[in-house]
Amino acid sequence: MTTTHTAADAAPTDAAATTAATVPAETKQRLPLARAINAGLRRALATDDHVMLMGEDIGRLGGVFRVTDGLQAEFGTQRVVDSPLAESGILGTAIGLAMAGYRPVVEIQFDGFVFPAFDQITTQLAKLRYRTGGRLEMPVVIRIPYGGSIGAIEHHSESPEALFAHTAGLRIVTPATAADGYTMIQQAIASPDPVIFLEPKSRYWDKGEVDLREGATELGPDGWRSLHVARTVRAGSDLTIAAYGPTVATALAAAQVAEQEGRDVEVIDLRSVSPIDFDTLTESVMRTGHLVVVHEAPVFFGSGAEIAARITERCFHALEAPVLRVGGFHTPYPASSIEAEYLPSLDRVLDAVDRSLAY
Amino acid sequence: MSSTETPATPVDHELSWPDPCEIAGTVRLVAPDGSRLSEDAVALSGHAVYAAAAARTTPDELRAMYRDMVLVRAFDREATSLQRQGELGLWPECRGQEAAQIGSAHALRPRDHVFPSYREHGVAHVRGLDLREILHLFRGTEHGGWDPTAHGFHIYTLVIGSHTLHATGYAMGIQRDGDVGTGTDRDRAVVAYFGDGATAQGDVNEALVFAATTNAPVVFFCQNNHWAISAPTTVQTTVPLVERGAGFGVPSIRVDGNDVVAVKAVTEAALERARSGGGPTFIEAVTYRMGAHTTSDDPTRYRERAEEDAWSQRDPIERLGALLRAEGLVDDAFFAGIDADATELTAGVRAYCRSLTPPPAESMFDHVYAAQHTLVDEERAWYGQYASSFEQAAAGS
Repeated sequence: MTTTHTAADAAPTDAAATTAATVPAETKQRLPLARAINAGLRRALATDDHVMLMGEDIGRLGGVFRVTDGLQAEFGTQRVVDSPLAESGILGTAIGLAMAGYRPVVEIQFDGFVFPAFDQITTQLAKLRYRTGGRLEMPVVIRIPYGGSIGAIEHHSESPEALFAHTAGLRIVTPATAADGYTMIQQAIASPDPVIFLEPKSRYWDKGEVDLREGATELGPDGWRSLHVARTVRAGSDLTIAAYGPTVATALAAAQVAEQEGRDVEVIDLRSVSPIDFDTLTESVMRTGHLVVVHEAPVFFGSGAEIAARITERCFHALEAPVLRVGGFHTPYPASSIEAEYLPSLDRVLDAVDRSLAY
Repeated sequence: MSSTETPATPVDHELSWPDPCEIAGTVRLVAPDGSRLSEDAVALSGHAVYAAAAARTTPDELRAMYRDMVLVRAFDREATSLQRQGELGLWPECRGQEAAQIGSAHALRPRDHVFPSYREHGVAHVRGLDLREILHLFRGTEHGGWDPTAHGFHIYTLVIGSHTLHATGYAMGIQRDGDVGTGTDRDRAVVAYFGDGATAQGDVNEALVFAATTNAPVVFFCQNNHWAISAPTTVQTTVPLVERGAGFGVPSIRVDGNDVVAVKAVTEAALERARSGGGPTFIEAVTYRMGAHTTSDDPTRYRERAEEDAWSQRDPIERLGALLRAEGLVDDAFFAGIDADATELTAGVRAYCRSLTPPPAESMFDHVYAAQHTLVDEERAWYGQYASSFEQAAAGS
């Protein structure tokens, strides 16, 4: 497609102008996570005409996971942009657009393909506010479908959150439910700092109730800041499991099995990997004395290691067992026919629960 | 090539140092001796349009560009001395590239936006940045040092080529703002400055792809100064860099980068094209890095003195000075006045540099994030307590 752009292209379409005003008749809907994020993106596009989406195949195709389905038709090719196949280029131009006053939301097609953009994310995007002494704001959101368990071929199942968490200047969040997908994407777009928005692709089709009335402006007095507050999914008194993204459902399943064995397990959905809500976690571990952290990423130098270190500092005298971690091994992500053995399965989480309580 | 043939070896850089601007297609309007090329000669090379633009350059503009070049060179020399005296951690000289930088910068309008690399002191000066602000970065008191929005001049980018994408994205923003092709002062454009080494970077190539396919109002201004630290241009390319643009669908032009008159004319045309909605242009400005890459570098290890001597014969400042004299546009008082200004400037630079003190250590926690981030807040608080414990200990002793 050859396009020359004019000022007329940049104007919001009529459809965009009317969407914000049109409140759906039925505001509570059961939606899969992918559709919930789509609804959040639509809301953000309709609310602020400086929000724009960029990425590979996100336009007419709607993205390989259809998360952006229908948005180009609704908001036009200047606001939902099919980018050249160049991840560094996508991030680098998004940075320039942010400097020009826009709020780009870029899609990286799969976790394993973010690395060509790693330089732009870590040396430029994360540091530009700092390097300019706060004179430049970088409200860029990077959406990345991540994690395994979908039977994909190599480079399509990775969990790179720790690589980004190690870089100051980035915020890293990951929704585990459809409701969070809808709300958190709007909060991420409202954030004045760059946000890595990790979407657990194995949960894209999991349905949950979403209140479509909640827009970025109705998120309460904390506004976008509640993006980083952990959520206690299940209260318990014997042991705490901290999980995020794709492992929250696994942790919840483990808690239910443990209950049958007479163990009262608390499950916390961290929702944010940078920063981590250590206050919520500390309060929980002070009560339970046991913590198991579950993530798909490799355990070695993973976020669980950081959580273990900090919770040990904060809860040293309350801990009745070392903090245990369940996650990927120190191998490349394996072939999909054996990925179930690599991933933190229900059995491996329960094994860690047993080991922790046996101390 | 048959298997018995010797494989082609990389082309060694020219040993006889012919003038690379004598290649057909290179826009040159003023010869190295300061004489204007004849109309016929320029017309023959197909560059009459630039000669016509150059003819509109007023004596005042010529004098202003000369003054800028002399002041920037004096500043550059002073900063180099300050590094040698231990006052700066590092200094990248721009000596030899003044015409490429100042000629192109004089083609800019206030609302245009510039993304420099880290050697564009001449562009900074023309954009109205106080040159002394550049010292913050190299004295280690700040990473940036100036407000990138104040003069339409972004902070320096040290990761080679990264900023060409920022420039392209910024230009895409200008398109969306409707600031292209209105035919009024509203129209804006962007210039990205980079070197011959940067053309090998993926980001520069991706920037050309994005700019071409979006028709972005951005000018890619490549200063081919012949050396990427110790690597000659032949390490980066086997064809003249100007030929790269065509493959991306970006109109490209090669200009004598030491001919400030030609550089200004070529850049003006490219910027006008961009502002009017004509899309991107790639300019290869052929110049020479007369100094070292930075003060940490030693060019005697990789290049011949004879090459440097050949290029000193093509000095951009002497060229314009000769033109001004030959055309009777200046007198001795003009040169004396600029020399006095340069002396005053460098004295001010020296004093300013020494007045720059380290910021408070706790400022390292500022501006990491726009708003609260609990980890940074915790570490800031911890550091504050730790630091104050020494003061308490000292007070107690």
